[in-house]
Amino acid sequence: MFLLKLLLRNAFRHPLRTGLTLLGLVVAISAFGLLRTINEAWYAGVQASSATRLISRNAISLTFALPLSYAERLRGVDGVAGVSWANWFGGVYQSERNFFPQFAIEPASYLKLYSEYRLSDEEKAAFIRDRQGAIVGRKLANQYGWKIGDTIPIRGTIFPGTWTFTLRGIWDGAEASTDESQLLFHWQLLNESVKKRFPKRGDQVGVFVLGIDEPQQAAAVSQQVDALFKNSLAETLTETESAFQLSFVAMSEAILVAIEAVSYIIVLIILAVMANTMTMTARERLAEYATLKALGFGPGFVSRLLFGESLVIALIGGAAGIALTFPIAAAFAKAAGSFLSVFLVSDTTVLLQAGAALGVGLIAAAWPAWQMGRIDIVNGLRHVA
Amino acid sequence: MKQLPLSYIARNLWVRRVTTALTALGLALVVYVFATVLMMSEGIKTTLVATGNPGNLLALRKGAGAEINSGVSREQAAILASLPGIATAADGRLLLSGEPVVLNSLPKRGSGSPSNVTVRGTSAIGLQLRQQVRLVEGRMFRPGSSELVVGKATARGFEGAGLGGTLRFAQRDWTVVGVFDAGNSGFDSEIWGDSEQMLQAFRRLSPSTVVLRLQDPAAAEAFVERAAADPRLTLDLKPERQFYEEQSRGLAIFINVLGLALSAIFSVGAIVGAMITMYAAVASRTGEIATLRALGFRRHAVLWAFLLESLLLALVGGLLGLLAASFMQGVNLSTTNFQTFSEVAFRFVLTPAIAVQTLLFALVMGLVGGFLPAWSAARLNIVDGLRAA
Repeated sequence: MFLLKLLLRNAFRHPLRTGLTLLGLVVAISAFGLLRTINEAWYAGVQASSATRLISRNAISLTFALPLSYAERLRGVDGVAGVSWANWFGGVYQSERNFFPQFAIEPASYLKLYSEYRLSDEEKAAFIRDRQGAIVGRKLANQYGWKIGDTIPIRGTIFPGTWTFTLRGIWDGAEASTDESQLLFHWQLLNESVKKRFPKRGDQVGVFVLGIDEPQQAAAVSQQVDALFKNSLAETLTETESAFQLSFVAMSEAILVAIEAVSYIIVLIILAVMANTMTMTARERLAEYATLKALGFGPGFVSRLLFGESLVIALIGGAAGIALTFPIAAAFAKAAGSFLSVFLVSDTTVLLQAGAALGVGLIAAAWPAWQMGRIDIVNGLRHVA
Repeated sequence: MKQLPLSYIARNLWVRRVTTALTALGLALVVYVFATVLMMSEGIKTTLVATGNPGNLLALRKGAGAEINSGVSREQAAILASLPGIATAADGRLLLSGEPVVLNSLPKRGSGSPSNVTVRGTSAIGLQLRQQVRLVEGRMFRPGSSELVVGKATARGFEGAGLGGTLRFAQRDWTVVGVFDAGNSGFDSEIWGDSEQMLQAFRRLSPSTVVLRLQDPAAAEAFVERAAADPRLTLDLKPERQFYEEQSRGLAIFINVLGLALSAIFSVGAIVGAMITMYAAVASRTGEIATLRALGFRRHAVLWAFLLESLLLALVGGLLGLLAASFMQGVNLSTTNFQTFSEVAFRFVLTPAIAVQTLLFALVMGLVGGFLPAWSAARLNIVDGLRAA
């Protein structure tokens, strides 16, 4: 207890210097946490994916479609419990800035597969009945202030024209990681319009979603499906939903790696600042430490004093930084809107932040502690700070 | 009255080497982040802008925005070709090429994870339209065959895309017979084959885009107007350069905003570091400052001396950071452009403007960090200061 008091007194002997160091620490630790959270948000789709869903797409690339007739043959594959399908719509709501994903889906079967989208029975029935209807996630509805019954105009980029949907339901995610920033509407509506304009492009599906009974069967079922359509006009590539989502994340890998690297750079910056503070502190107290030694305290005690002081500062700054991460992340999520579907500070992030603060505290004191541990008493006493 | 000599300022930094080095290191790291971000967005911009040839026009379906969303029917392409003002090649054919553009997901070298590559069907005319493209290995694909030539970034980055490799897509085996260098433009990240073969293989009825060259580049506006007036043409016609610039905008802005926001946050850390160092410098030299003042140096001379010391410190950090960033110029990076959904390879480009901006940024950090300590040094009372020493 006495030691802690001494450490605190020592730490705040230069209130201005310690205050500035703390400020730097708080900024660095919260920035580190925010960057990690941004990085994790990219992987939100992977985390939200279910182990019992497979995605089947055209083997060439996602921009190529599959014929609807595959649905029947997919149902016949052993282990497949449900089949649904979706098309990426790629529309724009009001302006390009308002990005959110829209999918044309087969309603009844899709909602059965995505049971984590919680809708009341009335809303679900109303959506399935109304071919112009659409449903959105809670987060998206809140962002644009949509209420049930509202009409939502979307301008198509892949499918030209303005499409108007009536909002029939708003889903809540069963878990925090569930995507609540999509708009879903009837695939049939899209298909009829496409058929009218380009008869040859009708009955095409972007991806098939397959529900399987057992997660262990994923690999076997995928192989069976791909073998079924081998050497056909549209070969399929089937993978688990998480692998499918991960392939999107991998596309922007370079940026993710850069963000990650940068998040460690900020820790290095604050390490330099902190080490500087501790070096200056030690130099100024040279005579003091020599006195302590002359009184009979060992070199270990002097080192412990320095380590302790450094840790006290680092932990106060780290704790404040961690506490500040949450409001900052909340503000950031609000500003980013539907660009990031899920934005939560994870436990791992908090642990890493605490670890970074601890590491900075220890490393910053290492050099001065080693030096002060072996100062010569006579020289130290002679030294004038 | 005189200013304090520069050597006095520099030596003060040298005396406290460890502190100076640590503070400069903090500054250098921030400057490094700042510079690499600018270099990255500059690299993306130069890559994509270099893709467009001045004098070329690009036609896409109205509202398509990107090549892969677009479709131009053969009828519309024929109408475009009939408009006057299109340049001709030496053999009398029109310099106009209808090109199917599709995305193909291929495994990357090393990781094996798939990424989207732009596959373009083109022809000898298409090659003439892109003056920056030169074959560096192998030969051009033969028309009517399943042969491919690939850009050098694709050849380097994707499995089986090197010279002599075989790629399997659209139910065919395609042989890579040549590698081309497109002068670090976006074409370096593409795969080219015969346009008719591509249309067949991908079961397309019509090309995605039409590229054409005008006899007189100055007549571009008139040509675009004439095409817009034709009700049969539901196309967007744009100078190629402008099109590719628009394609790079999203990614460049994203990197810029993210990077500058980060630099701003990080700079707080470095400024705090500089401030701590300068406050300590002032505190340990109280007696010295008072002596200087007693000798007749004015307040502004002291203020200026400490400010210069801080600026010098920032300059050292800035130069270190810039030096580290300049090594990034040899690094090739590739990422997916969200606007086109396809892979684009680019380099970090250091321009003199970026170097100047970076050093100015470092100096501003030094100024902000050093001003308050210098101010307090200048306001020091002579008698108190001398007594403290």
